[in-house]
Amino acid sequence: MSKEKHPLSDYLREDRMPHMWCPGCGIGIAVSAFLNALKQSRYGQDDVVLVSGIGCAGRVAGYVKLDSFHTTHGRAIPFAEGLKAASPKTKVVVFSGEGDLMSIGGNHFIHAGRKNMSITILCVNNLNYAMTGGQVSPTTPAKAITATAPFGSFCQPFNLPFIAEAAGAVYVARWTVFHVRQLQKAILEAIHKKGMSFVEIISPCPTLYERRNQMGTALSRMNFYRENTVIKNGASTKDAVMDLDKPFIVGKFVDDDSKLTYLEAMNEYYDTTFSCDANYHTYTGSKI
Amino acid sequence: MKAKLDGVLTGVHYMDGDQAACEGALAAGCRYIAGYPITPSTETVERFAQRIPCVGGIFMQMEDEIASSIAIQGAVWGGAKAMTVTSGPGFSLMMEHIGYAIMTETPCVFVDVQRGGPSTGLPTMPSQSDLMQARWGSHGDYDLIALCPNSPQECFDLMICAFNFSERFRIPVMFMMDECIGHMTEKVVIPHPDDIEITPRRYTAKRPQDYLLYGPCDDLVPEMPEIGKGYHFHITGLTHDERGYPDMTVDAQHRLIHRLIHKIKNYKNGIVMVEADDLDNAEVVVLSFGITSRIADRAIIDAKNSGIKTGKIRLKTIWPFPDELVKNVSQKARAIVVPEINAGQIVREVERAATDRCRIISVPHYGGGVHRVETIYDAIIEGAKVE
Repeated sequence: MSKEKHPLSDYLREDRMPHMWCPGCGIGIAVSAFLNALKQSRYGQDDVVLVSGIGCAGRVAGYVKLDSFHTTHGRAIPFAEGLKAASPKTKVVVFSGEGDLMSIGGNHFIHAGRKNMSITILCVNNLNYAMTGGQVSPTTPAKAITATAPFGSFCQPFNLPFIAEAAGAVYVARWTVFHVRQLQKAILEAIHKKGMSFVEIISPCPTLYERRNQMGTALSRMNFYRENTVIKNGASTKDAVMDLDKPFIVGKFVDDDSKLTYLEAMNEYYDTTFSCDANYHTYTGSKI
Repeated sequence: MKAKLDGVLTGVHYMDGDQAACEGALAAGCRYIAGYPITPSTETVERFAQRIPCVGGIFMQMEDEIASSIAIQGAVWGGAKAMTVTSGPGFSLMMEHIGYAIMTETPCVFVDVQRGGPSTGLPTMPSQSDLMQARWGSHGDYDLIALCPNSPQECFDLMICAFNFSERFRIPVMFMMDECIGHMTEKVVIPHPDDIEITPRRYTAKRPQDYLLYGPCDDLVPEMPEIGKGYHFHITGLTHDERGYPDMTVDAQHRLIHRLIHKIKNYKNGIVMVEADDLDNAEVVVLSFGITSRIADRAIIDAKNSGIKTGKIRLKTIWPFPDELVKNVSQKARAIVVPEINAGQIVREVERAATDRCRIISVPHYGGGVHRVETIYDAIIEGAKVE
C-alpha cells in the first residue's frame, strides 16, 4: 500500500498525531483553513510565528510546524506584541479560544486594538470552556446550559466582532467552520493586513456544549450553521449578536488598514521629533 | 563579548538607583522594556523611554503588569534582551510569568523596587519584604537567581550581572531593589564599553535537522534556537521532553525539573556574591543586604569601638543563599545578627544554614523606614554576651 501524504503535512507536526481534539470538534477545520491560507499567502514557513494561549484552541501551537509558542492562559496577545516589537519582520499570528482571548485575556485584546500592533488574532469561539469540562465562557448565549450554569446562563454574551471593531481592529470577520472557503479567504486577507486583524471562527463543541444543550451531533450543528447563518458582508458589528438558537450573521464586517500601526507610528514620531548626538548620549527636539 | 557603544553612558554621573538600573540594563544590551507605572520603580522605565529613541529599541507601556511580564518574553524570543520593572503589587501579578520563564528557559530580568506591603501598603516607602516571594512566588519547584544592590552604583554594576546570569543560565533573574536604593541619588561611574563584559545569548549553531530544543548539554543549559531560521520549534509551559513536546509523565517531569534546578545548584559558587569582612575572629557577625547593610555598617563600627569583634556579611546575591559561608561563620561566631526590613525572612535561611551552632538574632522592621543604628548595635551587644 502506498503511503499517501497529507496535503498539509509540511505544515503539521505529524510526529504529534493523533491530536487531542474530540471527534466533531471544529478546531481541526480552523487549523486547516489557516494552514491553507498560509500556503496561499506571501509568507514562507519561516516568516510566521504562531502564538497560542491555554485551552483546546491553545493546543494549535503544538501541532503546526512553525516556530510556535504555547504561552500562559490569556496572555498570548501580549507575548505576541513583545515578539512583534522585537522582530518586526516576523508575521505574528495568535490562535486561541474565546475563553482565553476574551475573558482572562480580554483586557489585552482591547488594548491590542488600541495599540494597533500588527498581529492577526484568530479566535475559535465554541461558546464554552471546553478543556476544563464545558463551563460558561464570555460568549455562552443566554439560557444555554453549561457545567457552571446548570439551569442556563443568565448573562448576555459578548459580541466579539463588535468589541473588536470598537477596540480598533483594522479587519473583522466572522465565519463558522461550515464556511470553510470563506474562512480560509478571510484568514488569508487578515494575515496580509497591517495592524490588528481579527477573525472569529464559530465552532461546535459536540462533546460538551451541543450535548448539554441537546443540539445533536457535530453534523447536525453543521446543518444548523448552514441553515441559520446569514452572510452579510459589511454589516454593522452591532448586529452580530448570537442567541441560543436564532440565526446569526457571518461575513466580513470591517476592512480598513489605513491607520498607522504601533511600530509605524513610533518610528514616524521618533524620526520627526528627535535627533541624537554622535555618541547616542543625548537628543534634542523633545520637550522633556 | 563587549558592551555596545551606543547603550553605554560612559562617565561620572549623579543619579538615583532607579536610573542607574536603567543605565545598567542599557549597557547590558537590554533593548526592550515592557512596564506599567508603579511607585517607586517608575523612574527606571521613564529614563528608558527617554533614552531609547537614540539608543534604538522599544519601550512599551502595557495595560498591566501581567502583560508586561509576558511581553518581555515574547521580545526575548524575538531576539531582544528584555526586562520589566515593577514594585510589590505589580510583582505579585507577575508571578505566573516567572514560572513561564523558568519552564521555557527564557532569559530575562524582573526588577522589583520593594515597598511596604502587603497589598497597596506603603507605595513611597521602603521594605525588603518580597524576598521570599521572589524565590517561591510562582507555583511549582524551581531555582532562580535574585540579586540585591545597596547603592546606585551597584544598581548599575549588578544589573549587568543580572543580564549576564540570565543569558548564562537561561533563567529569569530577580533584581531586588528597595525604595531607598531606588530613590537614593549618588555618584555612579559608568565604565567604557570595552570594560563591560557581556554574556551573549546561547544561540545554537547546529542545523535544524541536527538540533534538539532541549537536547543534552554539559552544563544542563540547552542552546537556544532563533526564530525564522527553519527550526520550527515549539515552546510550551507544559512539562515537555527534549523535543519541546508536551509529555505528561512522571519520568518527563522528573528529568525536566531536576535539570532546571540543578543547572543553578551545580554552579552556585559562581553565582553567590557576598561582601565579607572580619569574619575570622568575629564574636558577632551582622548579615544584611540592600539599604539595611548601610545602616548595619555604622552599627558595626560602633560595636567595634565598644570592643566587640564584629564581622560583616553583605549579600549581593540573595538567591541562591550562601549556605556554606553562613555554616562556617556559625561554627566560630557567638551570634549572627540579621537586620532586615521585613518580619524576618532571610533570618530563616540563616537559621537553616547555621542549624543551632550559634545564636541567631533577628532584627525585624515592618517597613516604611529603615532601622535605627542603635537597634542593630544593641543586637550586636546582645549577641556578644556569653551565655
